[in-house]
Amino acid sequence: MQLSSSVGTSSTSATIPTTMRKPSLIQRSFGSAGHLWVHAVLCLYAVIALFPIALILINSVKTRNAIFEGPMALPTAETLTFAGFQKVLAGTHFLLYFGNSLAVTLAALLLILLFGAMAAWALTEYRFFGNRALNFFIAIGIMIPIRLGTVSILQLVVALDLINTRTALVLVYTAQGLPLAVMILSEFMRQIPGELKDAARCDGVGELSIFFRVILPLLRPAIATVAVFTMIPAWNDLWFPLILAPGEDTRTVTLGVQQFIGQYATDWNSVLAALSMAVIPVLILYMAFSRQLIRGLTSGAVK
Amino acid sequence: MAHVNIKQLRKTYDGRADVLAGLNLDIRDGEFCVLVGPSGCGKSTLLRMLCGLEEISGGELAIGGEVVNHLPPAERGIAMVFQSYALYPHMNVYKNMAFGLKVAGNSKSDIDARIRHAASILKIDHLLQRLPRELSGGQRQRVAIGRAIVRQPRLFLFDEPLSNLDAALRVQTRLEIAKLHRQLAATIVYVTHDQVEAMTLGDKIVVMHEGRIQQAGTPLELYQQPQNLFVAGFIGSPKMNFFPGVVTRCDDSGVQVEIAGGLRLLADVDPQGVSPGAAVTLGLRAEQIREGLGDGQPLRGVVNLVEHLGEANFLYVTLEGGHDIVVRGDGNRSVHIGELIALSVQSHAFHLFDAQGQALRRRNPGNLQAARRLAED
Repeated sequence: MQLSSSVGTSSTSATIPTTMRKPSLIQRSFGSAGHLWVHAVLCLYAVIALFPIALILINSVKTRNAIFEGPMALPTAETLTFAGFQKVLAGTHFLLYFGNSLAVTLAALLLILLFGAMAAWALTEYRFFGNRALNFFIAIGIMIPIRLGTVSILQLVVALDLINTRTALVLVYTAQGLPLAVMILSEFMRQIPGELKDAARCDGVGELSIFFRVILPLLRPAIATVAVFTMIPAWNDLWFPLILAPGEDTRTVTLGVQQFIGQYATDWNSVLAALSMAVIPVLILYMAFSRQLIRGLTSGAVK
Repeated sequence: MAHVNIKQLRKTYDGRADVLAGLNLDIRDGEFCVLVGPSGCGKSTLLRMLCGLEEISGGELAIGGEVVNHLPPAERGIAMVFQSYALYPHMNVYKNMAFGLKVAGNSKSDIDARIRHAASILKIDHLLQRLPRELSGGQRQRVAIGRAIVRQPRLFLFDEPLSNLDAALRVQTRLEIAKLHRQLAATIVYVTHDQVEAMTLGDKIVVMHEGRIQQAGTPLELYQQPQNLFVAGFIGSPKMNFFPGVVTRCDDSGVQVEIAGGLRLLADVDPQGVSPGAAVTLGLRAEQIREGLGDGQPLRGVVNLVEHLGEANFLYVTLEGGHDIVVRGDGNRSVHIGELIALSVQSHAFHLFDAQGQALRRRNPGNLQAARRLAED
């Protein structure tokens, strides 16, 4: 603890001399005590948010009896067991489910970002007939949950002969994520000065190149924001895998976990072990995007 | 050769009123042409049409003898420098300059040679690896110009390139642009709303107002022989003094005008087109009014306000007839507010505009300078 705090302070003071540091907005508005308050509030929130995850992690390595006797207790030498992990990894096709989830999420993410950015570019940059109507149509997509259309989606997927395929899930998640992506990306694109595009046009850069080589690089923070917001619901979804792709080969992690949850008895060790592992990829992706994400959420507000 | 021919050029948006109404303009090869006018006069629109960023609604635009109405910007052989510089924020200076050339498919060695050359002209060699956000305003401006130079265009277009710079840097960059023009012998079209920039940089100045060209000519022509009231008021600082009046006499000596207060002033202009009784406007530049009773026509007034500029004073004077005028006085003379002063004006210093605001020809526009030189000898 001591070590980490001293490392922390020395690294910050090395980068920014204390005398040159400007008082933050919080300091200016609440005084130096304000920092404490803000941290207290943030810590409280972090505890609330992290509690379920901590509970899952702690209990995933405990024996079944220990889980019920003291759900909050840390594992001791007696109660420590990795039976759940063994069962999940050895007894089921967990890696397959895992791969399915990852493939579906990443494919959907890629399509959402590509088509979302392109649609946003077209809607903000070009004036054409139906532009406003299309904008409105996409906005409706944010307001109406896609699950209302489950029956029609199922009929469509059956008609396309895509039932029990990952493609079906990718398409549905793409549709689910696009409206918000278009909305967020449009907002960011409007902030890109028009002269930049004009300059590129004068440079003889084609419209497609302008999009890919000038606009997209500038949208990185926005893309990270959209990526995080669209990735998590797709990864966590149980509804559509259950309906559209319940087959053994195409199960996702969230669906795969369900086999441990029975009507009368639930194999909590396995459920918690599977969930613990399911958190990992989202965590990695989130960390990859988070630096950009924070910039994305605060840009414009700070400038 | 990159002379620019503009014939009956029009711009309308969605069938509404013309933004530009039938412009005719010739820009010679190697000429520095400045488009100047108040905001909303259509000068930026004209520039964007030259560039190819705005569609041409009617008329003909030719660059180097070739009609380019429907060519995209890249094929017109133009390069534009934008007001906000419009540098690609995610590319360093070198890549900013190389981007257009790379897209056009130039070889690496050619691109490199062009960039080194442009960088040495603009003295930005040491900045090539920096990102735009690490540069100062003046440096960004140079990079933007560099990006234009490397394209080796037939025609340079500048859209208010100095308006984002501070005053000192603006003067310096203005000189550098003038130097650059000589060095490259390039044809330049330059948009500004600043008449000092226009006067100092332009071989030719085009004054625009309400979508029309009010007058095109050399800086001196515009200053000495403005064709209408708008140009007369726009060119020159401080603004020209105007006196509405009525013609009382026309003869060989010029036109005599009676202004408010019964004061009669003789203007040495060609009387063609006006007759006694016509309503006219008399124009008089602040720097052509002399303090004291000289050999010219006398004026008297009370000083309301004095602005000291060092080498000169701007005196805001209310004449006996009630007119407020500005006089450029000698900076060494002390003048007090409330003081009654005598002024004199030579008859050839006057401009005269008819009821439609069109100027009558001045017979001795340069006479004042000539007379001064004679007096000094």
